[in-house]
Amino acid sequence: MNKIVKLFITSISAITLALVSFTSSFAKVDGEYIVLGSAISLTGKYSSNGVHTQNGYNMAVDRINKMGGVKVGGKSYKFEIIYYDDESNPKRAAQLAERLIKQDGVHYMLGPYSSGLTKAIAPVTEKYKIPMVEANGASRSLFTKGYKYLFAVLSPANQYLEVAIDLAVEKNGGKPVRIAQAFEQDAFSQDVRLGILDAAKRTGSEIIIDDKLPKELNDMAATLAKVKATKPDVLVVSGHTKGALTAIRQISEMKVDVPMLAMTHCDAAKLSKQHGKNSEYALCASQWHKNLSYKDKFFGSGKKYDKDFKKEFGYAPPYQSAESSAALLVFKDAFERANSFDRDKVRDALVDTEMQTFYGNIKFGPGGQNVAKPMILFQVRCKGDTCENKVVAPTKWASDKFYHPIPKWSERG
Amino acid sequence: MDFLIFKAPMLMVQASLDGILLGILFALIAYGMALQWGVMNIINIAQGDLVILGGYIAYTMYLAGIHPAWGVIVSPIIMFFVGWALYKLVINKVVDRDLFISILATFGIAIVFQQLMNFIFGADVVVAQSGYGTTMLFDNSVTLPNSKIFSAVISVLYAIGLVIYMRKSKLGRAIRATAQNARAAKILGVDTEKVYAATFGINAALCGIAGALISITLTLHPYVGLPYTVRSFMIVIVAGLGNLPAVAVSGMGLGLFEEFADYILGTEFRIGAVFMLLVFILVYRRFKLSKKREYLK
Repeated sequence: MNKIVKLFITSISAITLALVSFTSSFAKVDGEYIVLGSAISLTGKYSSNGVHTQNGYNMAVDRINKMGGVKVGGKSYKFEIIYYDDESNPKRAAQLAERLIKQDGVHYMLGPYSSGLTKAIAPVTEKYKIPMVEANGASRSLFTKGYKYLFAVLSPANQYLEVAIDLAVEKNGGKPVRIAQAFEQDAFSQDVRLGILDAAKRTGSEIIIDDKLPKELNDMAATLAKVKATKPDVLVVSGHTKGALTAIRQISEMKVDVPMLAMTHCDAAKLSKQHGKNSEYALCASQWHKNLSYKDKFFGSGKKYDKDFKKEFGYAPPYQSAESSAALLVFKDAFERANSFDRDKVRDALVDTEMQTFYGNIKFGPGGQNVAKPMILFQVRCKGDTCENKVVAPTKWASDKFYHPIPKWSERG
Repeated sequence: MDFLIFKAPMLMVQASLDGILLGILFALIAYGMALQWGVMNIINIAQGDLVILGGYIAYTMYLAGIHPAWGVIVSPIIMFFVGWALYKLVINKVVDRDLFISILATFGIAIVFQQLMNFIFGADVVVAQSGYGTTMLFDNSVTLPNSKIFSAVISVLYAIGLVIYMRKSKLGRAIRATAQNARAAKILGVDTEKVYAATFGINAALCGIAGALISITLTLHPYVGLPYTVRSFMIVIVAGLGNLPAVAVSGMGLGLFEEFADYILGTEFRIGAVFMLLVFILVYRRFKLSKKREYLK
């Protein structure tokens, strides 16, 4: 009896396996569709940014398909994306990547949201030699592993706030500055920290406070008390949205006076909306801003993208959406230059990418990171009770002057 | 950095006050946990998630234009019924069972709550603004957010109120009787089922108050409940069950210890240091207990 059951199970699994391998043979390009796959966080703790990413992808797919699609071998193809919800869980993301590749037969992948999940998926795509263009994994360690099939349209994490240190030194008359920094203990924030360490070394600046915030922590009072006591020239904070919101809340409540405050995730945290005037003068790193002067023929300019996106989804696009849209433009360009659906030819075409999109210039370095686009810094400025993000660096795109030093709390209304 | 805190004595004052104010708030959550642990023998893993839900109630009021501080009255009322309903739906089925089963059940509740909050309120980190300003001491070298002082005062008031209620009211006496010996209480006519439901409701209400206070002092996010569970668990372990003064002292003590660990060992070790302390206390207790056993022999 037992033997029969075993035999039955084995034959069933054999048939299933055969079916799976059979179906996978024709899915990469299905009729007139080029099928891309993506595991994306639609539920769980990354779900808001996951949705921003998905909206960015969908917006670009619609636009490219409407404007003639992708021309390969004289024929026009359309993009289609298979999504799976990875529940913001790296293990699940890796499983889904396997499923997309082995069961659904996807031959080209789009990245998930966040560095952590991209790190989980990259070994899988690499194993099956599947080109992946990702738009939301900035951690430096992604680009030092020698991955050959990973391409990122965004600037790596260590570049996020390096510019801020240069700016501080410039404002200090070219002299080194004293830096206080607090970073959450996760891959991304620690990469941002490495960038600051490099910048400090380069400019001869001194790091006087170097706090690493545990992930569970939602109170920075101790760090800020130290800042108050040591009076640094610049305070750098990075800890995702929670870090940004906690920092502004406690800096304003504890009346911590620093001449310059540099952070990440201000726009994702809706800092100017949630904290209003208290967030004024904060300097924030961003991958993109609608006022930049880049252009392409699909979305026009950043401003046009902003308008179209608002019309489609009802909110202003955060940079997570813009960079995700750019990923599709990169794929389209690579397919057309490769003029083939062969994975390795597409991969080689991706290596040679050199293009401008509304999001910025894109050219991949040896590790797969985008080396053609600088980070930008904006500063929160308020008029009355409404606060806005104004681009202040690099000077080429600056719409406003960088306000320095931040006035003392006793002088702020 | 050779111990900044010893160079600047004002930092010592700042650290102590920060630690104590936060410790009092944690003690309130821990007291709820101690209460229902003592009465029902249930370790509630969903404690932190109840806190966050309470916070979201205050945050919703804030969005509707009501001052979030009113949350300390509205939130516990709503949360009491949430707790009551939870008891009737899930907890009553595990209350007499193995401790492990109740841990699993409340762990399940925690996951459901997280996902529900994520679904209803979104995955963004949010804060409510109290606009309470800051108290400055010693020529502006020590600054205390008034919202933290407010939290501590409210926590203390509620705790005192609860102690009096437990001593004087009929239900309070019934709860204490059930905690001492549920079977005897039942024989003497106490409706233990009702007592359990009320206890779980009171615990949820305490979480609701703490949540409302957290919405104006810290940040809210559907998935940050667990640290609050762990923290209150630790406070209870140190203080023991059913002993409010001990819970308050242990809450403040842990808060203080954590702040000072931050200055002396570094921020990255502050939570690690608290866990080391917990291990030390557990080992020490075991050591003391084993001595007692020898004596009994």
